[in-house]
This record gives sequence, structure tokens and C-alpha cells, in this order.
Amino acid sequence: MKDFKRETIQLNSEADTRILGLRIAEAAEPGDIIALIGDLGTGKTALTKYIAEGLGVTEEVISPTFTIVKEYRSGRLPLFHFDVYRLGSGEELLDIGAEDYLEDGGVSVIEWADIVADVLPADSLVIRLEYGSGNTRTADIL
Amino acid sequence: MKNGKHLTLGIETSCDETAVSVVADGREILSNIISSQISIHTEFGGVVPEIASRRHLENINDVIEAALREADTTLDEIDLVGVTYGPGLVGALLIGVAAAKAISYAADIPLVGVNHMHGHIAANYLEHHELEPPFMALVVSGGHTNIVNVPDYNRCEKLGGTRDDAAGEAFDKVARVIGLGYPGGPKVDKAAKLGNRNAIDFKRVYLGQGNFDFSFSGLKTQALNYLNTEKQAGREINVNDVAASFQEAIVEVLVDKAVDAALKYKQKRIVMAGGVASNSRLRELIEERAGAHGIEVLRPSPILCTDNGAMIASAAYYAYKAGERSGYDLDAVPALEF
Repeated sequence: MKDFKRETIQLNSEADTRILGLRIAEAAEPGDIIALIGDLGTGKTALTKYIAEGLGVTEEVISPTFTIVKEYRSGRLPLFHFDVYRLGSGEELLDIGAEDYLEDGGVSVIEWADIVADVLPADSLVIRLEYGSGNTRTADIL
Repeated sequence: MKNGKHLTLGIETSCDETAVSVVADGREILSNIISSQISIHTEFGGVVPEIASRRHLENINDVIEAALREADTTLDEIDLVGVTYGPGLVGALLIGVAAAKAISYAADIPLVGVNHMHGHIAANYLEHHELEPPFMALVVSGGHTNIVNVPDYNRCEKLGGTRDDAAGEAFDKVARVIGLGYPGGPKVDKAAKLGNRNAIDFKRVYLGQGNFDFSFSGLKTQALNYLNTEKQAGREINVNDVAASFQEAIVEVLVDKAVDAALKYKQKRIVMAGGVASNSRLRELIEERAGAHGIEVLRPSPILCTDNGAMIASAAYYAYKAGERSGYDLDAVPALEF
């Protein structure tokens, strides 16, 4: 993705997560893939909600863990929200027909992207979310 | 027709299971075949084996044949084909829809596309032969958490849903963090029986009076923070207490909102559906709190709570009776709403 270089961003509150989400949405172009890595509760779905907000998505963005992918078409660009928590490999992601989404001119956000890293394009925007002290998080743009 | 009864073939391929059933008069299960029961089992450790659409493709014809054989019937006696067309995974849905259309066309049998979520509610008609709308429905599963007003067979009015994680998903994720493994729901249920549900004060998120939406993401984060704090302080974690307290926080909100909805819409019955309907504490508490208002609670047996073809057949039957028909242009709708 354009406009993003390696950096570590301190997220002291949900408001900081929102700023990052809006910034990603503003820079997003058709075909972009945002790969989110981070343990349970580090804010992957929250960041995705704010990317959706920035794209102008009007529907409620809810966790796609059980359906693997949910699509939202009410924004500036289509948003494909993947959660590959239940999958075992990149091959399984391709098995469910993910290419149809990834190549459909939208923005794809993939939670637990480390599981499917082998099939993601090299120009994906990789963000690692980690727990900081207290209720804070850090976002490493890799 | 067979012995004067109307036969519906129900096909369900929205997610993990390839499932086909034959149901008589919308109520009586003649066969209910689920692929995971007949294919060779492999341990996948939390990974879903049946997710790939090509596995549905490999399974579908065998499962249809098995369902007809077990019902001791043939396509000549089938009066209606019902199929899930959404919500679900597009590749998975397409296999069922294509198979249903092919049968409908080749054997000249009417076709009805069914909303998977309506199917979950219809599972109750198979279990409780005297049950008729109106009633309030609480649909809770790994992917869904909904309160739905059901004024008649073919109307489902969604009053609320989750804003982030589904209830079953929250169970699965916490189970993983406290080392209970997959599937999380049944394991949390079991551990919770040995724990103290008042041990940890997890937040009940109600989102305001008269609101029928849910939010379980904050609860998940609170549980993770609790576990981290205890670990850092060097204290031993009582897994059973965490399971019991976490379960109680989810179950109490589900029950209170379902009962509030029933009271608001003056429904005398709450009908449960989806995999989490099997949770023993949910069953206990909803019977207690609904019972206090004279509200009856019904739920299907566990096999009908999971994804199955029989519930699709039942929903299709009642839609068909109301005059609904699908054409050969029926398409999968992955994001289908209630």
C-alpha cells in the first residue's frame, strides 16, 4: 500500500485506533490488502471497523470469524473483511474462493493474516498489533 | 407424495456441513444426513475440515442419495426441493443451490430458496409438532446472535443482533485462552459446572433499556485482561471459575433481552435455536426467568441445533404453502439479511 512506511504507532486509546483506521481508509486503493496480525483482544476487529468507517461503509461491521469473510459494499470501495482464525493455511484460504474477493477491486482486511501469509501478495500492508501496558496497544507497520 | 404425505428434500451447504434431509408435511423427519457423520473423521485441532467448497462438491451427490435411501424414497416421490441460498460462504452456498436447481429442473419439482436463519427457527417445528407462530425466537450460534419476532410462519422480524462477536464465538475464543480447546462452547459449559459463577465480576453489556442488540467483544477483552493481570501477579488461575463467570455474563444478557423482547411483544413463548441453545446454563436461566413471567421456553434437540437439511426442508415447506416459488435464476446471497 502507498503512503505507509515501517513505523511503530502507540495506540493509547480507541480514539488512536480510529485515527489509524481512517488514515488507512483514506490511502486505500482498489485491490489493496491489509494484513492484521495480533493475539485475541489486541483490536484487529476494532481497527477494521474504523477502516470501514473511513471508507464510508454504513452497515455494522461484525466479526466474520464463523463465516470467514463478510463483504460490505456501501462505501467508497467494497470492503472484504476476512477472519482466517479457523483456517489452517493459505491453501485453505484459496479453497474457499478468496481470490474472487481479493481480485474484485475492493479493499481486503485479513485478521490473523500470519496463518495465510504464504498466499498473500508481497505488497500487502502488514500491521502487527500488540498489548502495551494497561489498556494500550502498539501497532507495528511492517 | 408418499403414503399421502408431502415430501420435501432439504439441502444445506452454507458453511461447514453438507447436509440433506427428507421431511414429510414439513414436520416429520424421514432422514437427516450430515456429511461429517458419514465421511471419515480426521482430527484437525480447531480447523474446520468441511469448509472448502470442493469438499461440498465431493459430498453432495452421496449425501443426497443417502438421504433419499434412508427415507426409503426416490425423487419420483419428492414434491418440493428446498435449499439454503444465504447467508454463508459463497462457494459453499453455490454447491447446494446448483444441486437443488439441477434436481428441480431434471425431475420437474418445485424449488424454494430458504434463508439459513429462518431454517434454524424452523428446526423447532420438527421437534415440537404442536408449535405454531406467533412466538419470540432467540437464535444463538457460533456466527449469529439474534432476537427475532416471528408473527407467522413466513415472517421473521429481527429485533436485534450482535454488534461485534457472536455469543458462540466469544465462548470459543475464551475457551482457547484458558486452555480448554475446541469446540469451546461445550467445554466452557462443562468446566463452568465445576466453577463459581460469581467468582469474577465480568461486565454485562446491555446497550441501554429496550435495546435488543448485543456486544460481547468488550467482555472478551475484559477476560483477557483479567487473565494477564493474574498471570503477572503470579496467581494461579481457576479455569472453572473463569468459565463459570464468563458464561454467566453472556447467558444473563441473552436471557434478559429475550425475556424483555417476549414481554414487549406480548409473546407467550420463547423459541431457541442455533448451537448455543444447547448450553445447559442458558437453558436453566431462561426457563427460570421466562417462567417467572409465565412464558414457555422451547428448543430443538442438539442435533437439530446444528446446521442440517431438515430445518431447511421445514422452512421451505411453509414458504411453499404460502405460495413462494424460486426460479432457475436462484442465486447464492452470502450476505443475506434476516
